[in-house]
Amino acid sequence: MRKVAITGVGMTKFGPTELGLNELFVEAAAEAVETAGINVRDIQSLFVGNCLGDFAEGQANIGGFLASELGLPPGTPATRFEGACATASVAIRNAWLWVASGYYDTVLVGGVEKILHLGTSIATRTFAMASDSKYEEFSGLTFPGVFGMLTHMYAHKYGLPLPVLKERMARVAVKNHRHGAKNPLAQFQKEISVDTVLNSFMVADPLQLFDCCPFSDGAAALVLTTGENAKKLASKPVYIMGVGQGSAGALSRQKDYTVMQSRLASVGQAYKMAGVGPADIDVCELHDCFTIAEIVASECLGFFEFGKGSEALETGETALGGRIPINPSGGLKAKGHPIGATGAAQVYEIVKQLRGECGDRQVDGAKIGLTDTLGGDAGTIVNLVLGV
Amino acid sequence: MYYKLNHRQYFEALKQGQLLGLKCGACGEITAPPKACCDNCAATDLEVLNLSGEGEIKSYTVIRVAPEGLKAPYIVAMVELAEGPWLMGNLVDFDPERASLELIGKKVTVGHKVVSEMNYTAGEGVTPTFTMVY
Repeated sequence: MRKVAITGVGMTKFGPTELGLNELFVEAAAEAVETAGINVRDIQSLFVGNCLGDFAEGQANIGGFLASELGLPPGTPATRFEGACATASVAIRNAWLWVASGYYDTVLVGGVEKILHLGTSIATRTFAMASDSKYEEFSGLTFPGVFGMLTHMYAHKYGLPLPVLKERMARVAVKNHRHGAKNPLAQFQKEISVDTVLNSFMVADPLQLFDCCPFSDGAAALVLTTGENAKKLASKPVYIMGVGQGSAGALSRQKDYTVMQSRLASVGQAYKMAGVGPADIDVCELHDCFTIAEIVASECLGFFEFGKGSEALETGETALGGRIPINPSGGLKAKGHPIGATGAAQVYEIVKQLRGECGDRQVDGAKIGLTDTLGGDAGTIVNLVLGV
Repeated sequence: MYYKLNHRQYFEALKQGQLLGLKCGACGEITAPPKACCDNCAATDLEVLNLSGEGEIKSYTVIRVAPEGLKAPYIVAMVELAEGPWLMGNLVDFDPERASLELIGKKVTVGHKVVSEMNYTAGEGVTPTFTMVY
């Protein structure tokens, strides 16, 4: 396998936009190509993540249209990937493989989603499609519901009084909003308080509105190339050191999902390939689709013992300036969560952090970063270790 | 047929009041709802059997923002059956406003609810329901 570098990154501001799916992606892609210092015609293949374009814009088969928008020649393969909220990370792992294997030298990869115009009812329905359609969707399970049940399971398993856990969960939202306020591309650039969370309306017990990430529109894209090529370019390359991906079936088959087996497997692969462990990670962007999701992810990734992850919200270990800063971008909670773009946006943040380009939200001296993207109810999980 | 029990056969039995599962000839574990292979060991030497429909609640939530086609509030719960598998379904005959962590560990029996076809559901569905045993 060859060394693969990320040489260019691009990202739109997340949140409401008048741009369509294709236009959003091209905005991010153009920035990635420009910052990589290459010509769009250097791109040999396009890998695009998009989850719900069929329902949101009546647009399937988005690959070819994007290749056309970008002006890529007819011989350029353009392929859509889907893995629910892990969609873009699945695309990135696949794009990595094509360069690492030696088949391509330079590829464009990213993701895009446009969902806000659908409204809550239809958006909730289409998101719920990422649960088992035969045996679980008919119960009316929603994604806040998946993580509401997880919260109750977690509190019961570890004997944590629910009010204590809820306050620590609220502090996840407070932290990520504080980080997001420093990110000009975040959907919400506004600090909130514990009371903001605990006074917001109930979505799926015990999750309140501010325990949940928003629906979002947005796109992010990356240029991947060989380590050899990267040395010749002006921008500081960030290398993909390790990749991992895991799978799981219906939630009821996973049983106790406070510890997600697909995540343990995925991050284990990524750490092993990179030759690092959790203690080596300087900065992490993980899947905080709900406040409890950040806590269980931080345990599975090895930063905390199982059942202890919520304590970090009281000690500040996961805030900027802490031992292991988590979601300096604002995370899905404040930056926003255009599901098909999220994995690429996580990589965008880590690349910027490792290059030292994050200004007020910079993690000083960060050399190794980790991304964690969860698709559906743990059906697909991808982890990437990046380093300079 | 590769499948010993497909989803339509499972739904039809549930509608008749019978919860079906699959017993693995290799490891002896029970799989439900049905799958092409054993949930525990992935063997395909499976035999259909009747399950007791008795279990206990492992977790729950009250859905207050429903997807298109459904009306909130309602309780979604996960139940561990006496035979081992876990099921997702709705806790019924219980006021969502009274739901609390006290529900975890409570004994329930399994029933069913037919859910009419909605957009993108490929026909009607049948979901397990859970009723508290007092």
